[in-house]
Amino acid sequence: MGNTLVDIKNLRVSFFTPAGEVKALNDVSIKMEEGEVLGIVGESGSGKSVTAYSLMGLIPYPGRIVGGTIDFNGHRINDMSEAEMRAIRGNEVSIIFQDPMTSLNPVYTIGNQIMEVILLHTDKNKEQAYERAVELLTLVGINEPAKRMKQYPHELSGGMRQRVMIAIALACEPKLLIADEPTTALDVTIQAQILELMMELKQKIGMSIIMITHDLGIVANMCQKIAVMYGGKVVECGTADEIFYNPRHEYTKGLLRSIPRLTDKEHRKLIPIEGTPVDMLNPPAGCPFAPRCNSCMKICLGRMPEYTDLSETHYSACWLLQKEEFERRGQGA
Amino acid sequence: MTKEKNPLSLQLDVSDFLPADSEEKQSLVVMRKSVSFWRDGMRRFKRNKIAMVSFAVIIIIMIFAFIGPVIYPYSYEQQIRGSENLAPMEYSEQELELMAQGQSVFPHFLGTDSLGRDIMIRLMMGSRVSLLVGIVASALVLLIGSLYGAIAGYFGGKVDLVMMRIVDIIYTVPDILIIILLMVTLKYPLENLANNVPGFSWINTIGVGLICIFIVFALLYWVGMARIVRSQILTLKEQEFVTAAKALGASHGRIIRKHLLTNCMGALIVTTTLQIPSSIFTESFLSFIGIGVAAPMPSLGSMASQAISGITSYPHRLLAPAIMISLIILSFNLIGDGLRDAFDPKLKD
Amino acid sequence: MAKYIIKRVLLAVVTLWLIATITFILMNMVPGGPFLAEKAPSEATLKALNEKYGLDKPLIVQYGNYMSRLLRGDMGPSIKQRGRTVNQIISNGFKVSARVGGISVLVAVLIGITLGSIAAMNRSKWIDNVIIVVSTCGIAVPSFVVSTVLMIVFSVKLKLLPTYGLSSPLHYIMPVMALSFYPTAYITRLMRSSMLEVLGQDYMRTARAKGLSQFKMLFKHALRNAILPVVTYLGPLLAYTLTGSFVVEKIFTIPGLGNDFISSITNRDYTLIMGTTIFLAALIVTMNLMVDIAYKLIDPRIKLK
Repeated sequence: MGNTLVDIKNLRVSFFTPAGEVKALNDVSIKMEEGEVLGIVGESGSGKSVTAYSLMGLIPYPGRIVGGTIDFNGHRINDMSEAEMRAIRGNEVSIIFQDPMTSLNPVYTIGNQIMEVILLHTDKNKEQAYERAVELLTLVGINEPAKRMKQYPHELSGGMRQRVMIAIALACEPKLLIADEPTTALDVTIQAQILELMMELKQKIGMSIIMITHDLGIVANMCQKIAVMYGGKVVECGTADEIFYNPRHEYTKGLLRSIPRLTDKEHRKLIPIEGTPVDMLNPPAGCPFAPRCNSCMKICLGRMPEYTDLSETHYSACWLLQKEEFERRGQGA
Repeated sequence: MTKEKNPLSLQLDVSDFLPADSEEKQSLVVMRKSVSFWRDGMRRFKRNKIAMVSFAVIIIIMIFAFIGPVIYPYSYEQQIRGSENLAPMEYSEQELELMAQGQSVFPHFLGTDSLGRDIMIRLMMGSRVSLLVGIVASALVLLIGSLYGAIAGYFGGKVDLVMMRIVDIIYTVPDILIIILLMVTLKYPLENLANNVPGFSWINTIGVGLICIFIVFALLYWVGMARIVRSQILTLKEQEFVTAAKALGASHGRIIRKHLLTNCMGALIVTTTLQIPSSIFTESFLSFIGIGVAAPMPSLGSMASQAISGITSYPHRLLAPAIMISLIILSFNLIGDGLRDAFDPKLKD
Repeated sequence: MAKYIIKRVLLAVVTLWLIATITFILMNMVPGGPFLAEKAPSEATLKALNEKYGLDKPLIVQYGNYMSRLLRGDMGPSIKQRGRTVNQIISNGFKVSARVGGISVLVAVLIGITLGSIAAMNRSKWIDNVIIVVSTCGIAVPSFVVSTVLMIVFSVKLKLLPTYGLSSPLHYIMPVMALSFYPTAYITRLMRSSMLEVLGQDYMRTARAKGLSQFKMLFKHALRNAILPVVTYLGPLLAYTLTGSFVVEKIFTIPGLGNDFISSITNRDYTLIMGTTIFLAALIVTMNLMVDIAYKLIDPRIKLK
């Protein structure tokens, strides 16, 4: 195991909206080692993007951190000033957003937007920055890079733009790349290309990646470690093998039942998870998944379960696991 | 397994681990009530304090302008001799004499002008003219504009092309200039019509000036509305929910009523409301430069214009219409903003 | 792009032709022709006058003459101001109006953009609220109210500023304030909402994720995008300034084109009304055309065909 790169402890983030406090993150703890690829999986509103944004100090208005700590690469992120954060952003940690169509400024050329970040974080002069930008465009697989440098975002396709976003993100060889649903807005064929590119670049540059997605297929291929989020909490966390072959949380099990597998027998029926996601404005007192859970117990409705360690890397928060342990220890006694 | 010996004990009870029934689960799911577009919009509008205050102000001004003159003892064209240039609440010598004789004389709240006309009643009539212009002109704009825009939007293709080219041209015409030109020239034919052709004498009761204003507003101001309605219809036609409705077998009538119109309504209401202050603005401008409503009918603009010569001695004569016009425009603007926020957040500019 | 420009120029030409024609028709609708309003000229004088101005010929011939003179830029003599041509009056007046109007436009754009940006960046703070309240009131006050209130305060009560003419820089203060009041308020509101929208865009998040400073984010990434709606408002702004100048020039007795126009209306100086209308319309149409083309040049998203 390498050095710890990211250590998020008991993080709480709330959005103070006119309608009330929305607890977007409720006691989230995630740890990740250098060189790892961590997948954060969950449905819309589960808090996966907010987790990533808080790591970069990018929580949008009116949200703010209300508790917990974030350590990244030796920095205590939540204690840092905006100026200190700026030195890290785009440099040690960078991010690729979901929608490449809107993530690039429409009124500046591609070249301008890549060079901007190079000039900001390195001592390179304009010519060197230009060369580096062309090099980056080549690296992310864009043909005719010199020509692209002069083009505007609207002149490129979605896949190309996402490649440009990756080039911007990688410009200063960051320690950590956060990919916030990088392929959701793209065609399936392009998706595969982009993911392949990211893995290839990971090998070349040697960075870590946090992959945020609702697509279990993506994390299965890419990630060593997976955190499953639901209702602002990490409900289960473990290695890819543990999550896929030994899911212990009812939500994770539900997720896995709802996706098709190549190994399936012809007529296996996909089972959707019934119900709707939690209303984060009025979150339930107990387990957020309880109202949709088929194995829901009375206790689930009123109290949040503690984490149960299942292996050195695998833990999950579910009363069923607590119950098992409870019974096992009860028998032992 | 006994609960007393439970090592994990956090006041846990075996019964806690019994399966929960669906009712218990449901009690956790807080569903927001779904409300209709109208009720939702009205609720939001009513919650908007600024808009509600503005609404109240407009109602008060309407009472002032339409009911005020009925109970007010002076008339707007009445020139009280000997009572010229009175300050607010001042009485002329004659009036003081009358009062000494025991007669009651109604006070001139805002004084009188250089012709001995009571300014309060003129302010009422001026506000009436402004409100009338604003509301009637906007109604005309709504009628013509939405009809034109809807036709262009529905038919599309060549019809749309020709109709919108016409709109483009009218749109590039500088409106105020044409309005001035029309007002200058329409006056004579209209007066002629009113005085010489039987059946048109009603023009005189409304006033040639007002008719002119309505005609030119109706001729020029509808293009903005037409553009908005057309673009709304065009985009709505293409939207997924319309396709979905079609796929579900909804009739054209139902699609138009249920999907196109309801979704247009917000924009229509907002644009019409915001058209009112803009028409009032233009009318006061025209009256100020001396080509709006014809004397002796007062308008807030013409009152302000007449007051300029005496600006040093009688600033209140100017301030009264000035404050009134600003208040009316401000209130309508705020109501319009409130409606836009409530019904059509997309329109927010 | 060339296609677009050609299309727009053609549209502008059609509009101008339409305005000229409408003007001609309307002027001919006035019963008795343009000389009737004068103190009852004798039959003989009227005939002579009509002959002089070609008004005895059939309408269609008159129209042809009028259009051909117009194309040569000749608007004929003023009926009421003896010995002066409409061209002279317009060119004299326009020099004055353009100065006052130009300064006002500049003031409105600069202050409006600044205030709007400040408000947007301090969303929901006190300064934002103050700017919103002031600008909302600002768009509810007609220019004649602003002018006259300024006059009461600064000239009548405080006796600080001169009331009429344009003989010193001090004379410009009130007319410019009066003329730029409404557009400043309007641009402030426009800029605020446009800036708020831009600040919420994904590319601003990208800019922040790059580690850019507030300053760079604002001046490089936000302003250039947020300013686009203001550019489209420049056309209407110009039209507003021109018509606003009618009132402001009248109140402050400025010998500009607006003043000429208003007096031409009250004097029924038909050739001057016609000439001024066509001149101002041409000005507005041309400026609108230029603004639209400039807009296409600034915003690279619009496809250059």
